Amino acid sequence: MANEGDGASAVPSVPNFTRDEELHALRQMLLIRRFEEKAGQLYGMGVVAGFCHLYIGQEAVVVGAKMAAREGDEFTTSYRDHGHMLASGMDPRGVMAELAGKRGGYSKGKGGSMHMFSREKNFFGGHGIVGAPAPIGAGIALANAYRGDGKASLTFFGEGAANQGQVYETFNMAALWKLPVLFIVENNHYAMGTSLTRAAAQTDFAMRGAAFGIPGHQVDGMDVRAVRAATAEALEWCRSGKGPYLLEAQTYRYRGHSMSDPAKYRSKEEVQKMREEHDPIEQVRLRLLADGVNEDELKKIDANVRKIVADAADFAMGDKEPDPSELYTDVLA
Amino acid sequence: MTINVLMPALSPTMEQGKLAKWLKSEGDAVKAGDVIAEIETDKATMEVEAVDEGVLARILVPGGTENVAVNTPIAVIAGEGEDASAIEAPPATKAPTPPSAPQDEAGEAPKARREAAIEAAAPAPKPATVAAPPAVSAAPEVPAGTTMIPMTMREALRDAMAEEMRRDPSVFIMGEEVGEYQGAYKVTQGLLQEFGPMRVRDTPITEYGFAGVGVGAAFAGLRPIVEFMTFNFSMQAIDHIVNSAAKTLYMSGGQIHCPIVFRGPNGAAARVGAQHSQDYGAWYSQVPGLIVVSPSNASDAKGLLKAAIRNDNPVVFLENEILYGKTSEVPALEDFVLPIGKARIARPGTDVTLVSFSIGMTYALGAAEALAKDGIEAEVIDLRTLRPMDTQTLVESVKKTGRCVAIEEGWPQCGIASEVAARLHQEAFDYLDAPIARVTGKDVPMPYAANLEKLALPSVAEVVAAAKAVLYRA
Repeated sequence: MANEGDGASAVPSVPNFTRDEELHALRQMLLIRRFEEKAGQLYGMGVVAGFCHLYIGQEAVVVGAKMAAREGDEFTTSYRDHGHMLASGMDPRGVMAELAGKRGGYSKGKGGSMHMFSREKNFFGGHGIVGAPAPIGAGIALANAYRGDGKASLTFFGEGAANQGQVYETFNMAALWKLPVLFIVENNHYAMGTSLTRAAAQTDFAMRGAAFGIPGHQVDGMDVRAVRAATAEALEWCRSGKGPYLLEAQTYRYRGHSMSDPAKYRSKEEVQKMREEHDPIEQVRLRLLADGVNEDELKKIDANVRKIVADAADFAMGDKEPDPSELYTDVLA
Repeated sequence: MTINVLMPALSPTMEQGKLAKWLKSEGDAVKAGDVIAEIETDKATMEVEAVDEGVLARILVPGGTENVAVNTPIAVIAGEGEDASAIEAPPATKAPTPPSAPQDEAGEAPKARREAAIEAAAPAPKPATVAAPPAVSAAPEVPAGTTMIPMTMREALRDAMAEEMRRDPSVFIMGEEVGEYQGAYKVTQGLLQEFGPMRVRDTPITEYGFAGVGVGAAFAGLRPIVEFMTFNFSMQAIDHIVNSAAKTLYMSGGQIHCPIVFRGPNGAAARVGAQHSQDYGAWYSQVPGLIVVSPSNASDAKGLLKAAIRNDNPVVFLENEILYGKTSEVPALEDFVLPIGKARIARPGTDVTLVSFSIGMTYALGAAEALAKDGIEAEVIDLRTLRPMDTQTLVESVKKTGRCVAIEEGWPQCGIASEVAARLHQEAFDYLDAPIARVTGKDVPMPYAANLEKLALPSVAEVVAAAKAVLYRA
């Protein structure tokens, strides 16, 4: 399905993972999946509130990208951010506690689902304004270029955000200044309830940087191997001083836009078909089984992940709300 | 038919400039479009073109003359068949003043043809609608006996940035025309030459985008100074200023700092109409997580800009185009940094407190002088920082005077003056002998017509009247 944008060389079609890589990808994607399922449950229980956007179905995008990134590369994304935080190595307890608005959360309970950060893990949010990650991620890349530290900034936003003006302002500057930034458009086909064909005149998002000379590439975002390979090639481009690169990861979210979205704008059959035929986790699982890995071993991985997630949920529920004195802290440095 | 060539105005606020040199001599034939002379303002060099053809009969203002008033005849062009040598000089509408000490002209001032320069160019002098600001008293933070150097606010701002860029390699400036053009208002003059293009970064005209890029760079540990050509254009970027810069420290539980300065001219200039004449003091000062500074003179501008660059928070630094060219005394200290959040008593007094900031101080100090002639001693307070606002200094003053007039060029509803009034009602109610009065910009979009613009802005007379009203004096 690779559809060339401007100037990029072809990415080899779905290079294989080693068994260890497959197991790593499975573990990471399962962690995100189970975490999100739990978050959804806790939302139903009233533990998690407000806006909560689940990443279920899109796991291969951030996991594949992370596998291609180097230690120190920065990640920035929008409000559908739990997966990016877990992939960045942030503690599930801290993430879940933040969802619950508790003091042990990454933002001490003051950020919520959409606003979490980790300096330590180079995760720069968690931004609630559609399109905002683009210039922020490019600004982080500007800092990398300024210091000449060889780091690249991976900047994620959805195909809905790709229609925002600030994204194109950013493309222009990033290309003009040859910033080491990789823009990853997570095309899950629906901007809230509006399908991309109803919102976009150009639905090939890999082409969206062409006017600025930014090479683009479409990749199967349900296949973690394809994402990693495309990301690796793109990052090499960014790091070599050639400037930004644009990846469109074609993916799909199984849940509504947020917890309050019944997703009536698409058929149950459509969702079911994606789940059955393209599920990113099931693809890895089947490959591992075909490779001779014992089903029990895979079940053990799932059980471990469930334990981590259950622990995170317990921690979040048992943790205290922030002290009232926290109301006025962290307003100014 | 002879044609008088007049000293042209190069921008809406230009009153005078230097006739740098003549490119044609008396007796030369000229045709329309020929460049006949070069003139300089404190921000740019421009070419004067002949508008008709003929012979350059007389040069009335020699090359090198400073402070030539706009509309002064500078040459005479004789038409076809006229005896150029017989032409008399027309009476000058305003005699050019003799050459004086050089202003802050660019060593390599960008040349631009006049047409291209009209929009962006905007040099210092204030039109006659506002009186020259009376001398301000030095900031209390300046040690007694410090040598003071007269300097324009423009130079003070540039020096502040240059000093901080020398001190800290993570400080850089980005914005439209900050580099090669040397600053649309010449505030960044010379910085590109000293610090190079990585640290003095020209941006496309893309406020929303480059404000966001600046915020990202600040998150990643740099200290960007983001210049808006004017704050009017920051409305395109206000999402990143408020949502990304101001809120992220809080949203990250104290993890992600955003040490960034958004600076540029704010408020009305002169005759630039409604979309280019807005005061954003009240807008930004409403936002928790921002610091908002708005100085009225060169010394405060320098000390506060240095403090803003060193501050770990996002700072909105509101300058004023009309004040850029005003000269005041700046302490000759190696590292002059002023505290953010401290107001300054610009003039002590006992009868009524006048509170303002930025160009509003012009009205406040002018009124204080006028009131003194009637035996009324006004205490004038320059807020300097709008957020956090120095309530303490206001309260102390009102305890003494019992009366207060708050003055600003911004609109009346939910303005800085409203905030001053609210705070004093809450914290000094028992000391007030009269309701607090406000003198603000009028509740209208800024009109273009000179008379209407004057009416839309506050005036010294309005401040005097308000002060007398709260004193119950006619």
